Amino acid sequence: MVLQPSERHYRDWNHRRLGPWCSPTGSPAPLSCETGCGEGSWILVCRLLVPTQVSLLSMEEDIDTRKINNSFLRDHSYATEADIISTVEFNHTGELLATGDKGGRVVIFQREQESKNQVHRRGEYNVYSTFQSHEPEFDYLKSLEIEEKINKIRWLPQQNAAYFLLSTNDKTVKLWKVSERDKRPEGYNLKDEEGRLRDPATITTLRVPVLRPMDLMVEATPRRVFANAHTYHINSISVNSDYETYMSADDLRINLWNFEITNQSFNIVDIKPANMEELTEVITAAEFHPHHCNTFVYSSSKGTIRLCDMRASALCDRHTKFFEEPEDPSNRSFFSEIISSISDVKFSHSGRYIMTRDYLTVKVWDLNMENRPIETYQVHDYLRSKLCSLYENDCIFDKFECVWNGSDSVIMTGSYNNFFRMFDRNTKRDVTLEASRENSKPRAILKPRKVCVGGKRRKDEISVDSLDFSKKILHTAWHPSENIIAVAATNNLYIFQDKVN
Amino acid sequence: MFARGLKRKCVGHEEDVEGALAGLKTVSSYSLQRQSLLDMSLVKLQLCHMLVEPNLCRSVLIANTVRQIQEEMTQDGTWRAVAPQAAERAPLDHLVSTEILCRAAWGQEGAHPAPGLGDGHTQGPVSDLCPVTSAQAPRHLQSSAWEMDGPRENRGSFHKSLDQIFETLETKNPSCMEELFSDVDSPYYDLDTVLTGMMGGARPGPCEGLEGLAPATPGPSSSCKSDLGELDHVVEILVET
Repeated sequence: MVLQPSERHYRDWNHRRLGPWCSPTGSPAPLSCETGCGEGSWILVCRLLVPTQVSLLSMEEDIDTRKINNSFLRDHSYATEADIISTVEFNHTGELLATGDKGGRVVIFQREQESKNQVHRRGEYNVYSTFQSHEPEFDYLKSLEIEEKINKIRWLPQQNAAYFLLSTNDKTVKLWKVSERDKRPEGYNLKDEEGRLRDPATITTLRVPVLRPMDLMVEATPRRVFANAHTYHINSISVNSDYETYMSADDLRINLWNFEITNQSFNIVDIKPANMEELTEVITAAEFHPHHCNTFVYSSSKGTIRLCDMRASALCDRHTKFFEEPEDPSNRSFFSEIISSISDVKFSHSGRYIMTRDYLTVKVWDLNMENRPIETYQVHDYLRSKLCSLYENDCIFDKFECVWNGSDSVIMTGSYNNFFRMFDRNTKRDVTLEASRENSKPRAILKPRKVCVGGKRRKDEISVDSLDFSKKILHTAWHPSENIIAVAATNNLYIFQDKVN
Repeated sequence: MFARGLKRKCVGHEEDVEGALAGLKTVSSYSLQRQSLLDMSLVKLQLCHMLVEPNLCRSVLIANTVRQIQEEMTQDGTWRAVAPQAAERAPLDHLVSTEILCRAAWGQEGAHPAPGLGDGHTQGPVSDLCPVTSAQAPRHLQSSAWEMDGPRENRGSFHKSLDQIFETLETKNPSCMEELFSDVDSPYYDLDTVLTGMMGGARPGPCEGLEGLAPATPGPSSSCKSDLGELDHVVEILVET
């Protein structure tokens, strides 16, 4: 039942619409991102707004974006809190890009196909499907609301014409099937064209219904609902490389599910102490190894990562490996523990490394070395002297995510003021870019930004005190094989592309 | 940021604060900052959203910070130093009765504190431990050995905001009904239990009496309810009450 997936990761699941399922080629998917992140070579492809109930057209938008979003709200001043994007994820081919928002909605964008007429349009993403994944619920026992906010979306690899994804809020995971329909049967015997029943007495001949083309319709249906398994808030879901199981992690427990079974899950990690008074550490993120279906990692609020092997025992409370960096005594403060709390953990595509994000840094760990990371990148070290204020306004608890590019050579994460950072692991160069309406014209090259720490501020620099801490980039995604990135800034989704493409 | 000797940035109006504290002998600005951080943390733990379950990770991190401060204050000896400075050393049984009074206050529907509380008892350690119930807190802060007599307004903008928070908490009476359903065995972030946990370890001498305060009133919104996920537990509570 458990497959050895050593090759599956590299199989090309490339698949045309409604075409037959292509057998895997067996060769590694070509990666076009060996060039690294480059400096100053990123351009804005499009800016997308998550649709809301109010559909007002704004007249001052660019022509480009209007064509793309022609039926959705554009004026961001009408956006509600429900539109705040809470997760972003490319599918395994990069053809689809899913976003989840605070209102429980999932919006899937599809990449524009290449066409001779509009070559420059390739790489843009248009809305493909929108559906309400989760609704707000009320827990009557506790008199508490369960938020409908989508915490995570994870795609399943494609196995037929339909697309499948997992979406989760704090308590319930759902498996959604997104499928297309572009033909419909016509010529029923017992019903007329409008669907009304015909009087059988009027039927004199019989015919065979035929399939006729219709306008493409994309429909999303919930296929599985995995509920009632989590007492605490789900923070992560991860699809296993066997493609038959997945895990969901909350603050204190991790459960293993089979996609076919919704009324049972296995608890594989439980760190809840017998006496809750002794609780000092929670699980913050978890992920399966990309190739080894028995291996997963989870991170904690104390800055540690545990790697577990499910073959060792049914309950993986005892880790196989324990990753922790010794504390730097010179930087010790009352906030040391809080800023060491890991907000995201991601395996590299190769499976050799894990990347962790804590409040001020991104760290890359080699699975074979537990005592310290092999690389540490400072995201916004200038905030170190502001920790008290950031604690006061709760920004210190912001959970930033981090992502690898397709070849594991560049890592990316977000910051404040709508800034996001990329680090090239090979050249050791890094760049800060901004995802904002004012500074981005379509197809214009993004200008690198710089934060001035003290002393004289140069012309294009921004000082630390001018940073807008309400504009935070928590969620980003990188196309699996190309240099295309998606950056979520509040209710805006920015798609950037490397100009080289 | 709170490393010793380094200038802290959190509280503005340093001059005002220091002026107000001119009379106090041993309070250094670092200790004051530490106290501010402690106060801020305690307020954060109390201000849980009433409608939605609060973030457990955040609560745990804040509570760990509180514990850290408490531990350092113990090591400094500043923790113990507070008690002797108090105007009246309350005997152990008096502290116990404080706890009982706290419970009684909790049982009633008001956020009003036990009557005995603000009246010149040992307020130093109590204020450090139990700025839990909203209405109690300002009184505690007022008579805390850490504070000067006089209006809190002198303590700068930060403390002013603390006061505003307390005033807001005071008006949140309906929330006290929820206390009846809260976990009596104290969820983790129940402040007093947290503090019990901190106290259990290392407080010899005069502070031992403070353990009697242990499960004092949970704050109006402190029982953040994530522990209520245990159905059995909730049924237990309902049956007991």
